[in-house]
Amino acid sequence: MTAPFLSIRNLGVTFTGGTRPVRAVNDVSLDVAEGEAVALIGESGSGKSVTMRAVMRLNPEKRSKLEGQILVGGRDVMAMNTRQLSAFRGGEAAMIFQEPLLALDPVYTLGDQIVETIRRHEPISKDDARARALELFDRVRIPSAKSRLDNYPHEMSGGMRQRAMIALALSCRPKLLLADEPTTALDATVQIQVLLLLRELQRDLGLSIIFVTHDIGAAVEVADRIAVMYAGQIVEQATARDLIRNPRHPYTLGLLKSRAHDAMVKGSKLDAIPGAPPDLANLPDGCPFSPRCFLSDAGCRAGQIGMQQITDGHQARCRRLDQTALQDAS
Amino acid sequence: MVDATLSQPAITPVRSAGYWQNVGKRLVRDKTAMAAAGVLLLLLLAAIFAPLVAPMDPLEGRLINRLKPIGTEGHPLGTDELGRDMLSRLIWGGRLSLLMGVTPVVLAFFIGSAIGIIAGYAGGWTNTLIMRTVDIFYAFPSVLLAVALSGALGAGLGNALLSLTVVFIPPIARVAESVTTRLRSSDFIEAARASGAGAFTIVRVHVLGNVLGPIFVYATSLVAVSMILASGLSFLGLGVRPPNPEWGLMLNTLRTAIYAQPWVAALPGAMIFMVSISFNLLSDGLRSAMEVRQ
Repeated sequence: MTAPFLSIRNLGVTFTGGTRPVRAVNDVSLDVAEGEAVALIGESGSGKSVTMRAVMRLNPEKRSKLEGQILVGGRDVMAMNTRQLSAFRGGEAAMIFQEPLLALDPVYTLGDQIVETIRRHEPISKDDARARALELFDRVRIPSAKSRLDNYPHEMSGGMRQRAMIALALSCRPKLLLADEPTTALDATVQIQVLLLLRELQRDLGLSIIFVTHDIGAAVEVADRIAVMYAGQIVEQATARDLIRNPRHPYTLGLLKSRAHDAMVKGSKLDAIPGAPPDLANLPDGCPFSPRCFLSDAGCRAGQIGMQQITDGHQARCRRLDQTALQDAS
Repeated sequence: MVDATLSQPAITPVRSAGYWQNVGKRLVRDKTAMAAAGVLLLLLLAAIFAPLVAPMDPLEGRLINRLKPIGTEGHPLGTDELGRDMLSRLIWGGRLSLLMGVTPVVLAFFIGSAIGIIAGYAGGWTNTLIMRTVDIFYAFPSVLLAVALSGALGAGLGNALLSLTVVFIPPIARVAESVTTRLRSSDFIEAARASGAGAFTIVRVHVLGNVLGPIFVYATSLVAVSMILASGLSFLGLGVRPPNPEWGLMLNTLRTAIYAQPWVAALPGAMIFMVSISFNLLSDGLRSAMEVRQ
């Protein structure tokens, strides 16, 4: 494998704004190859979005502390100055958000917002920028793109707005697309359309995608690889297929068990992981999942657990992997 | 591919109606707001063309004609305590009264917005420092502050305008600050940052675009307050000086005639009431016309 396009090494993010520092992301290492889509899944507060925002250095500078290394296309994001960062954000890496109605400025038309973004990055005329905006709208399959460019965000439907936001994100031909729960705010029929669109764009444009979600189904649909996060750490990562068929971390096992299967029998109980995620300002010693884990023993609660290699490309942060191999996920 | 193909026919910019055009359209359909705007326009035109519209000299009176009732021949709205024609004085008075109503608000709109946006966008200590200073001014009742400032600066039109401006900066700054603070944490500001916009661009494009509307609506409603305060200052002898006609001052000087000619004495008050309620209605209409987008 050649050098990954995005390489995150031992990333740590600590929020220092409150009374106690909150360790939101802890020792996260993640590689995304060119043209690869990686899904980050995990429950709320597990550090998915914070990890992704750290790639763009969008977390509030004054109130957060970044550690580790982030390389995008061989360039060190941590070392960028304000100007380089401006060119990098939107130019090389772009982001799409969960709720498009909130992430688009309500007082400008979509066309104006795209033109403005393009012209911030490239010295081209308004007409040329508009021509490109139109193409982008066609590209994300917005019907009657030409008149839609003059719509305000509130004049569009949810799915259409999300397409428009994808168009906006792609306006400066980024190589890396960060998607923060891009389908959570959409209804089920539209979700799959947007996911397919993302998949298609990724293939056609050779985009690297980091895709944050808590919908395992969506992750499998779009991602080549899946990384599961818990309490600020990546606890398991593998190809989408491996992770679903052969999950090895107890948390992943629990996560997959707690899905509502289509074959679920009426009256049967939905499996759930007992307990609640730990307080990030007050993490337990050792494995953060140990208080909820059915396999944990005294060794799990003493000292940090490192990543264990299972097969090539399949890693889990658990010291009892010998036990988990015996478990049945379904 | 995303690459711009040049073979494509040039885009003719077919613009749909802009946001403000839509607001305008909805405002025009609002009958109450339009009536209010009509009244204001009429008064404004009368004030501007006062020398042409007013039937008589507003400063010249004949004592023999003092305090004639409404409907007197030659003086349709009667005369004041010095025998000056009330209609002419009310028309001329509109000049100063409207000036004193609008000018402080316009000045405070610019200064207050700037202060509020800076405080709101900067946040943290800058915000605390600016807004607590603003709060000190805000703590005084507006009438008291206006009177105190005017009194300290000395009577006169300029000082009255200045003190009214100072009175209106805090409330406008507060509105600007609260809207900006709310915007600062909004997704589209973060989206703008994620697409490489710097602080200046974000303030210029995204903050101004979203903040000026609400402040403008609020400022419109302040014009009425400003007129009433300005009238109050003149009433106390701190604003316009006699014999210049100004509605508040006229109300003051006619006070003594309230038993002799109550209707005539009430006329300047009726004018103030009419203008302020018109501004309030217009501001209400503007607010509902602008709210549709959400």
